[in-house]
Amino acid sequence: MKIKSLSRAPAPAGSDVVRQPRNLDPSQHPFERAREYTRAVNAVKMERMFAAPFVGQMGHGHVDGVYTMAKDPGSLERFGSGSGDGVIKVWDLVSREEVWSVRGHENIVKGICWTPDRKLLSCATDKTVKLWDPYNTESKSPPLATYLGQGAFTDISHHRTEPAIAVASGAISIYDLSRPASAPTQTLRWPTSTDTLTSVSFNQSETSVLASTALDRAIVLYDLRTSSPLHKAILNLASNKVTWNPMEPFNFAVANEDHNIYIFDMRKMTRALNVLKDHVAAVMDLEFSPTGEELISASYDRTIRLWNRDRGHSRDIYHTKRMQRVFSCKWTPDNKYVLSGSDDGNIRLWRANASDRAGIKSARQMQKIEYDQALIRRYSHMPEIKRIKRHRHMPKPIKKAGEIKREELNSIKRKEENVRKHSKPGSMLRQPERTKMVLGTER
Amino acid sequence: MDQLDKISGQDTEPSNGQHRQTTLARKRPTAVLSQEERERQRQVAEARKKYGRGRPVRLNQVKDKKLKSALRRIENKYQDAVLGAKDAEILLENQSGFLQPESALERTYKVRQEDISEAVSVQQAKKSFELKLDLGPYCANYTRNGKQLLLAGQKGHIATCDWRSGKPGCELNLNETVRDAKWLHNDQYFAVAQKKHVYIYDAAGVEIHVLRKYVETSHLEFLPYHFLLAGVENSGFLRYTDTSTGQIVAEHPTRKGPPTALAQNPYNAILHVGHQNGTVSLWSPNSTDPLIKIQANTGAVRSIAMDRSGHYMLTGGQDSRLKLWDIRALKEVHSYSTRQPATSISISDRGLAAVVSGTSTTIWKDLLTTGNSSQPGKVQSPYLNYHSSLGTQVKPNTVGFCPFEDILGVAHSSGFTSLIVPGAGEANYDALEVNPYETRTQRREAEVKSLLTKLQPETIALDPNFIGSLDVRSAEQRAREKDLDAPSREEEKMAMLKERNRARGKNSALRRHLRKKGGKNIIDEKRVRMEQMRHEKSEREKERITGEKMELGPALARIFYTSMNTEA
Repeated sequence: MKIKSLSRAPAPAGSDVVRQPRNLDPSQHPFERAREYTRAVNAVKMERMFAAPFVGQMGHGHVDGVYTMAKDPGSLERFGSGSGDGVIKVWDLVSREEVWSVRGHENIVKGICWTPDRKLLSCATDKTVKLWDPYNTESKSPPLATYLGQGAFTDISHHRTEPAIAVASGAISIYDLSRPASAPTQTLRWPTSTDTLTSVSFNQSETSVLASTALDRAIVLYDLRTSSPLHKAILNLASNKVTWNPMEPFNFAVANEDHNIYIFDMRKMTRALNVLKDHVAAVMDLEFSPTGEELISASYDRTIRLWNRDRGHSRDIYHTKRMQRVFSCKWTPDNKYVLSGSDDGNIRLWRANASDRAGIKSARQMQKIEYDQALIRRYSHMPEIKRIKRHRHMPKPIKKAGEIKREELNSIKRKEENVRKHSKPGSMLRQPERTKMVLGTER
Repeated sequence: MDQLDKISGQDTEPSNGQHRQTTLARKRPTAVLSQEERERQRQVAEARKKYGRGRPVRLNQVKDKKLKSALRRIENKYQDAVLGAKDAEILLENQSGFLQPESALERTYKVRQEDISEAVSVQQAKKSFELKLDLGPYCANYTRNGKQLLLAGQKGHIATCDWRSGKPGCELNLNETVRDAKWLHNDQYFAVAQKKHVYIYDAAGVEIHVLRKYVETSHLEFLPYHFLLAGVENSGFLRYTDTSTGQIVAEHPTRKGPPTALAQNPYNAILHVGHQNGTVSLWSPNSTDPLIKIQANTGAVRSIAMDRSGHYMLTGGQDSRLKLWDIRALKEVHSYSTRQPATSISISDRGLAAVVSGTSTTIWKDLLTTGNSSQPGKVQSPYLNYHSSLGTQVKPNTVGFCPFEDILGVAHSSGFTSLIVPGAGEANYDALEVNPYETRTQRREAEVKSLLTKLQPETIALDPNFIGSLDVRSAEQRAREKDLDAPSREEEKMAMLKERNRARGKNSALRRHLRKKGGKNIIDEKRVRMEQMRHEKSEREKERITGEKMELGPALARIFYTSMNTEA
């Protein structure tokens, strides 16, 4: 008879390491789903507990409201902002201190942008575009160059490689920075349009293409090589900003007055790629993240929202009692922080992911963080987790406005359905949400 | 072909003529598999059998491209996980014990404890001991990791000790009847069902809590993942208490009189209560009625035990029968006959069953696996027998296998005996789950972690994997509501009613279902619903007939509806 009994070798004496053998047999791990689910609930609760997105504000801010910001494409740390009293300041993101400032204009600084060789351009409603050198000159020094225009300028954008800028007023004026002359080298306008353009943006990937939005609710695309406009699309309401997707050169997003953000494909303007709905007032500023996957929007309703490009609703909302109407927002180039410039004159720095913490994490910490994120993704369809995950504190007026808006939209929809029910089938066709806002297109 | 679909998860049509040899290259069904690929598929199938969780998704039926690619990624991840788990088996260090007869004439049940003690190592032989105690028939309970032993004598003697090293923990003389004692989540706390109430003590024997809601509790069970202490009382009440918060979670009257047995199913935390009339009812804290009622024996159910995977249940009844039930299919698999009623049963990690009947303890092997095969045969002879050296004066009271050890603890009327049963214990434990060699810091960490992942009592159900699964019915309802052009609900209801009324007479769908369902001695919610439907149907018939009778008037009604016709 062969007899053997289970015996385990004892741990070697004097060793500090405690052994933890594993056995992955499922019969030794009962209640897998329930335990994972409980861990997922804990993880989502902790994520909400650790959500502290506000990092700080820049220096002491501006005196008047901040209406425009621009980040230096060649640096991870510097960015500039322009305010309503004509003051332009350059900030250092790391120390959150002011580095350079000047009272550049007499009116509102409407647009600001950097050139590839680290100089700052600003345009204002006093019909001037001024070129500054914040790295090499002192504060309050005079501009390097001034370009005069016919009308008040509303926005400015720089070409990716060439020393050319596009400034928007009644039409787009292309100035050549290498020439000291004041006249624009080209003027681009849609032949039949007379209204002011509110924003202009060069495509940084497809470098000859630019887009503009105007007060006559139009979005116009231009090509520099042919010196002519390409395409015009008219929406229901005017757009405040157009921004290109850095990773997908043919996609751009517009921030519209009807509280929505529309993402369009340049090649097919009859239909939006996506409609992002969550704001309760006009969307003033918009930017894609450096990865092209996410967006940030600043709205007149005193909040900024972060969006994922694929989904239809915001993934996060940032607000403070002290932050009034937000007119500008930007991503930092490292994709981790966002900036908001608002009416109260402050520029605030926020985390892009509210529960993230900066700093080097140990391998075990990283593992735990990634495990928690995977758990939340795995169980995100469960009602309890969904509820906790999307729970945000919203200011009462915004919440109320959202509820009223939803009720009104539902009642409009209900009335439309009633009419449809009592009319001949096929007489009232349904229109997809993505085409509803486009009134017409022209070539 | 089916196998291919199930196993392969990736479409790899070569784009430029080059054949990419990926791990999951999908061939057309008529191609012959090479030796390598066949071997690979066999490995994957084997790994999946042990470590797989459910069936793979059929990707060729998914039309949406994004969904298809996402599902493919997930299926690949699952495949990697399953193969990785299989590969990790190489790290398992220990092997389980065995008792193998060398010739055809040798029988394992002839082997005595003395022979076993001589054959195994000194360390193992020390684990077999005998404690002679007075103060009543004892009941014994090992902690979850098998480190500490709790002995409770009916006359009021409580003792804990680390049985491997012989270090005593605490000793109490309570001077009143003790009916049952159980460890809580670790060796720091234990609960004792005393004459009137249930008391919770510390590792040092200090009384910490009195649970006054429990009156004359006869059996206790502790659900470790939910931190629930469950007790059945002589009045038939079943109470659950959360030991981490102290709240009573549920109190259900079983309404069948004093219970005779209590056991928990470690797979889904359902309690099996055995009653005087031979029924076993399955309880969860979420419903006031038992989930399932099983007519197990003709006499009172003396003992119940479940195996670790929650598949099989053994019940021993007063009618001297030992029945093996398949709980998932709710069918009786085998029925054995014992000489005396089986008063205590315990099933080890590896499926060995120890049965106490009368004064003898018998251990059976492969009792639970023979039910699996297509031609189930009964086990003819036991694995091991044990008779106490003191003869028939010593009556074994309870048995319990020590987790992760080849040890069976028999608590009897005059003390406690520890027996070596080769092949009983699970050889390789998972230290992050239950650690038999844990240090103090590990114990503390484990306590905190298990409290953080304490499961809510709402998750206790017959199928523990229902969590996270989609609620298909409500999803369907939502989809129906969203579709504004769909026909209204009323029409659907009319259609359903018409279908139901079509079957009349003897071969109605209802009767056919009840007949085919087989187990006449199992009552679960489906059966209850069916009975209700049948009842409603007969009520409707009666009403219809009385209505018609009233129409016709008393004279005509007597002609058309004789007493024979009125019966449905």
